[in-house]
Amino acid sequence: MTMTNDATGTAKKKLGLKERYALMTRGLDWETTYQPMEDVFPYATYEGIKVHDWDKWEDPFRLTMDAYWKYQAEKEQKLYAIMDAFAQNNGHLGLTDARYINALKLFLTGVTPLEYMAHRGFAHVGRQLPGVGARVACQMQSLDELRHAQTQIHSMSNYNKLYDGFHSWRHMHDRVWYLSVPKSFFDDAITAGPFEYMIAIGFSFEYVLTNLLFVPFISGAAYNGDMGAMAFGFSAQSDESRHMTLGLEAIKFMLEQDPDNLPIVQHWIDKWFWRGYRVLTLVAMMLDYMLPKKVMSWKEAWEVYAEQNGGALFADLARYGIRPPLGWQQACDDKDHLSHQAWATFYQYQAAAPFHTWVPSEEDMAWQADKYPDTFDKYYRPRFEQWAQMEAEGNRFNNGTLPLLCQVCQIPMLFTEPGDPTRICYRESEYKGETYHTCSDGCKNIFDHEQEKYIQAWLPVHQIYQGNCFGPDADPTSPDFNPLLEVIKWYGYNVGVDNRPYEGSEDQTNFRAWKQQTTSNAPAAG
Amino acid sequence: MAVKAVKEYVFAPMDTQEKLHGAQLTYIGWIDHLMFCAPFAFPFPPDMPFGAILEAVLPGSFGQHPDFAQIDWSQAEWTKGGRPFHPDPAKSLAENGMRHKDSLTFRIPGLTGIKGTSS
Ligand SMILES: [Fe+2]
Ligand SMILES: [Fe+2]
Repeated sequence: MTMTNDATGTAKKKLGLKERYALMTRGLDWETTYQPMEDVFPYATYEGIKVHDWDKWEDPFRLTMDAYWKYQAEKEQKLYAIMDAFAQNNGHLGLTDARYINALKLFLTGVTPLEYMAHRGFAHVGRQLPGVGARVACQMQSLDELRHAQTQIHSMSNYNKLYDGFHSWRHMHDRVWYLSVPKSFFDDAITAGPFEYMIAIGFSFEYVLTNLLFVPFISGAAYNGDMGAMAFGFSAQSDESRHMTLGLEAIKFMLEQDPDNLPIVQHWIDKWFWRGYRVLTLVAMMLDYMLPKKVMSWKEAWEVYAEQNGGALFADLARYGIRPPLGWQQACDDKDHLSHQAWATFYQYQAAAPFHTWVPSEEDMAWQADKYPDTFDKYYRPRFEQWAQMEAEGNRFNNGTLPLLCQVCQIPMLFTEPGDPTRICYRESEYKGETYHTCSDGCKNIFDHEQEKYIQAWLPVHQIYQGNCFGPDADPTSPDFNPLLEVIKWYGYNVGVDNRPYEGSEDQTNFRAWKQQTTSNAPAAG
Repeated sequence: MAVKAVKEYVFAPMDTQEKLHGAQLTYIGWIDHLMFCAPFAFPFPPDMPFGAILEAVLPGSFGQHPDFAQIDWSQAEWTKGGRPFHPDPAKSLAENGMRHKDSLTFRIPGLTGIKGTSS
């Protein structure tokens, strides 16, 4: 046992991990006397969650702040060494194909800003939960999420020097139609109370769905030669297991504290499973259509990470009276359709997307048919073949009319009826004399439960029609005013460069030319 | 249900008709033609004749589909809010009983999309 001397010269025992943890968490808390505790923690009770004893909160990691800093700093050092090496050695030329880079554009615009919001959300919850163990755990996760955002931005900034569409991701996140999907998801979570946030992000997202987000992107990076993205993925992974444990502890704690908490928690699980699942539409499409070298199909990923792992989790939670989320079965049934419907949407709205799209090649369609034997040839191949033919005739299919969006998930109403992939699924609600449209029973249930929240939704299509999505220099009175072009400019796209088909794009021609330079003596073409 | 909140929680809806400068939003989907990934959203003046949708609007939105040229509008079967709807092309949207944010679909018997796959 080591001994240290303090200032007075008396010998003191070095504290064990457990004692240190207790001192640096429970020991830091106190009951306020100048202000009533209800005023110090104003959001602690209004959601209806009853907590009798915060000391029952168990943090299985027992990580103290000083250990946390040391551990994260070591990881950071390794990560930046890999990222630097990737940049200095022109690592991007080792990619399978420049099509892959579009998956990164999707990630940077859609996911990285959520990391930052998770940082803010956990900081807020870490302030508002009355239990000190939970507060410390949330504070660490808040720092993790900030680090995730930063490392992703740094890693992908290397691509911004060479490829299109990476320049204004933060600006886009608050404006662009498809980015309102992940944005509204997180805005919904951070405007909820602290307990709902813990179920929304801590449990439903970090525990139930996280593997369906990170594993596809990170293995996609590994399969396609992107060491930079792979490195930030692995560096985040050890945090993720801590986050998963926090989410699980949060739900178990709520359920063990009071039986009245069960129906509230169950509703949140129903809601946030469906909200998260809808956001994963973007991942499904990335996995099946955007990776030149494919890792696994969305269907396979769903079967492993949702049906098997999630199934085991909900079997475990059954002892608390929790059942699998509403919508679970529909999500399982839709695994044969989701990615195809999503990619078809981005293909036709290419002009409004800041990344490139393409018709899948013959070889890729054979892969789809193999992975989706019951649905691809029957429902989706005819669409893609039609579009390939239209492209060949110089008449690419560009959908120039704005779609109806779901009031809750904000995705265009592209999803089909459960059991009938030939019919769009329409759901309608009336509230205070206005009509609201939703894409599914899941989204309708969410709307009907909290109408007053979702009537405030900033739906991109309606905002465009209200005239709120033009830059200051746009002149709607001018005779050649082109509203959709003005919207795209307001989005911050480099018009005609970022939002064009992959075939003939700068990304395609530059990548080809640079790659050629590495294997021949021919002068650069681009 | 009421939103749980720490104080009174009442907000104005985001997309009322007056915010669209009087236009009424109308959503239109073509059954069996999922090449168009989702129903369309249009801001229409309430006094516009329904026939103008068929003549002046839908060709620009659905015209790229090979089935579009074969449409005989007199055969169209319409729904509004999921129920059968029999619009009079000569009458205005308001006279046809259409309200802000109504959702319409139409089906043309015999037209079932690319290779009959509802695409
Ligand atoms: Fe994260
Ligand atoms: Fe939805």
